[in-house]
Amino acid sequence: MRKDWNLTHPMLRSTYNVKKPLVGAVAILATLSTIGPVQAENRDIVSIVGSSTVYPFATVVAERFGRGTGFKSPKIESTGTGGGLKLFCSGVGAGTPDITNASRRIKQSEYDGCQENGVTEVVEVLVGYDGIAIANSIDAPAMDISLKDVYLALAKDIPGPDGKLIPNPNKTWKDVNPALPATTIEVLGPPPTSGTRDAFAELAMAGGAEALPGLKALAELDASQVDEIKSAMAQLGLPDTLYDALVAKKGKAPKGEDVFVTVAYAMREDGAYIEAGENDNLIVQKLQANPDAVGVFGYSFLEENGDKVQGSVVDGVAPSFETIAGGEYPVSRPLYFYIKAAHVGKIPGIQEYAIEFTSNKAMGEDGYLTDRGLIPLSEESRQQVQADVKAMKPLAM
Amino acid sequence: MSDSRQSSTTLAIQASLKKRYARERRFQWYGRLAVLTGFIFLFILLADIIVKGSPAFTQHYIELDIDFSAEMLGVGENPSAEEIASADFLAVVKDSLREQFPDVTGRSEKKALYRLISIRAEYTLRDMVLADPGLIGTHKNVWLLAHAEAGSYLKGQVDVTAPEAERRVKDAQVAWLDTLRAEGRTESRFNSTFFLSGDSREPELAGIKAALYGSFFTLMVTFCLAFPIGVMAAIYLEEFAPRNRLTDLIEININNLAAVPSIVFGLLGLAVFINFFELPRSAPLVGGIVLSLMTLPTIIITSRAAIQAVSPSIHEAAMGVGASKLQTVFHHVLPVAMPGILTGSIIGMAQALGETAPLLMIGMVAFIMDVPGGVTDPSTVLPVQIYLWADSPERGFTEKTSAAIMVLMGFLILMNALAVYLRKRFELK
Repeated sequence: MRKDWNLTHPMLRSTYNVKKPLVGAVAILATLSTIGPVQAENRDIVSIVGSSTVYPFATVVAERFGRGTGFKSPKIESTGTGGGLKLFCSGVGAGTPDITNASRRIKQSEYDGCQENGVTEVVEVLVGYDGIAIANSIDAPAMDISLKDVYLALAKDIPGPDGKLIPNPNKTWKDVNPALPATTIEVLGPPPTSGTRDAFAELAMAGGAEALPGLKALAELDASQVDEIKSAMAQLGLPDTLYDALVAKKGKAPKGEDVFVTVAYAMREDGAYIEAGENDNLIVQKLQANPDAVGVFGYSFLEENGDKVQGSVVDGVAPSFETIAGGEYPVSRPLYFYIKAAHVGKIPGIQEYAIEFTSNKAMGEDGYLTDRGLIPLSEESRQQVQADVKAMKPLAM
Repeated sequence: MSDSRQSSTTLAIQASLKKRYARERRFQWYGRLAVLTGFIFLFILLADIIVKGSPAFTQHYIELDIDFSAEMLGVGENPSAEEIASADFLAVVKDSLREQFPDVTGRSEKKALYRLISIRAEYTLRDMVLADPGLIGTHKNVWLLAHAEAGSYLKGQVDVTAPEAERRVKDAQVAWLDTLRAEGRTESRFNSTFFLSGDSREPELAGIKAALYGSFFTLMVTFCLAFPIGVMAAIYLEEFAPRNRLTDLIEININNLAAVPSIVFGLLGLAVFINFFELPRSAPLVGGIVLSLMTLPTIIITSRAAIQAVSPSIHEAAMGVGASKLQTVFHHVLPVAMPGILTGSIIGMAQALGETAPLLMIGMVAFIMDVPGGVTDPSTVLPVQIYLWADSPERGFTEKTSAAIMVLMGFLILMNALAVYLRKRFELK
């Protein structure tokens, strides 16, 4: 039957007009390729990407900036620090972001990548500090722990009785430190993609590992002390293949610290540390439901949820506004944003946004960002930052 | 002998009959239980969302006696519009709050007092004076939007018996709000801000207009691309294409595409449309194209099924009276298949409306305050707005999240109702 249809007279086919929708679709596709690039070059909205920790502060600034000035309010994506820097350093042009937020300083390798892609002038702006809270439900007793406890509870491998690394045997907090309660270790924290996790590994885990003599000695060795590094590794029971793998990865002889980092940053994978996603609200909710669990998240969430969770005292210091600003609380980190100087003047509002962000009204001691949980800079460094933003002083690394 | 055999069969049947009936009854009960469980879950979910979300549709306002003195505003006589725009209206709001509560001293106490009023007050007053510069130098009672935290107390969501340290609304603020309420200076109004403004970091100012427009533009692009292409492809594959290895391969691939996780389409969109064609990031145009790729297989498969279901007698009758193949398809087959095609398309669109994963890759998951004016302006969509609010630390966003879910569900129900209506309407003809 299908064959028969093909016998239809060709004349009939050609007189019948069915092409309209098709023509429409083709026209839409054709216009796509023409309006796209034109639009991208004329962007009049500042495009910001980067850290999810800076995001809550950046959005508040963007909103005030949009309401208070004639500029459109910037668009802010929360991509994580690493993802943001990758986009930021991908080149110059309206298709790339103008500003990226970061919850750590730009790495040398990222800066070099920027330079290679033509992003030569990058302005670094330090905006304040953020603490990482280790917290549990207010229904449970408050914890008083040291960084060493954190490391012994959460590291994948810890030194055993003979100094060699063994898979973490600790089941309860009491196993870690007899002064702690005998509850099961169950820590909810961010996944490896998160800047909070990076900072937690760097500040808490590495900080705790340094409290152990064997690991501390290893961390202090220089790249030239190959034999010392190898003997320290042997004492810890680490295979030589690890050293060779690091040589292959770095392309040169690793420092003792590189070996230390691979050991100290590794988190348990046996269920004691649970990756709870980037959503810090979710961690708070789970802590509320399970008083035995402990959570790791940004200080601003602790401040907002003071009626549900309580921060643990770390190394004798409770997380608070004052202790983080003063640098006494050990698990705190600086927050930055980076400006692409080549875009300033081409896309309206970039410098004005940066000036609004660094104004006393925003990040001063009584500023609206401080109300949101940003830990402010000292008077002196704030003035320095403000001057740098006015002058658009590029970063040199 | 035959009798006894028959009776033995009857006996056997009778014996098993009871069992079989019981089995059927049991099965029916299992079915009822399954339906009931489904309903209970749905009910709990909906009830939770509605209970949490409904307070978001009202907002509290506080009446303040505002002194528009030129001195405090920092403007001269007969100020220009620019002068007014840059005048210090915040100082005016703070002053009127201090006038209202003259006992308040001390920096942190004053700060708590200023937190009763939303940051929008400043801009409300600015717009009032811009519209009527004659207000300068006069006194006027103005209703100003309350801060989200003050609003949550006025709505009765704050448990004042809890220890003060554990509450966002402090005892002093509770006392001030009680005084204002006793004086009749507070009022609950319908929250029009929620429908008339874009995203904000202040829960009391956050609205879904920008996300609604973004969803509209995105779906428009999706529909304009996916519907014609999908229906055309279905017609060609079903009516014109020869049956061979190639068309079989195409068919298998279309069926497989329908099962591809949506984030994959986002990656494709990032690589092709943004990196290669250099279309703008975060634009509904790219979002629409990506979502149309995602909905295409759904539309093609349902359209083909609908065309297949058209009775062959219609085909044959049309051919019999001398219609061309094209005329047969467009005059006779397509109208009959249309209800099915439309249902499939609308369900595909409803799926696209609820999608966030592919949009993450192309930058539509972002904080965007301004309402988009076209398909190339940066924007988000409704489900993304819900996700962003669910992720916000401020407590006031919890109810906004549920309210936005209600709006999104409202639209989904509307689209499904439209599908049902179209089907009914075309079937009658």
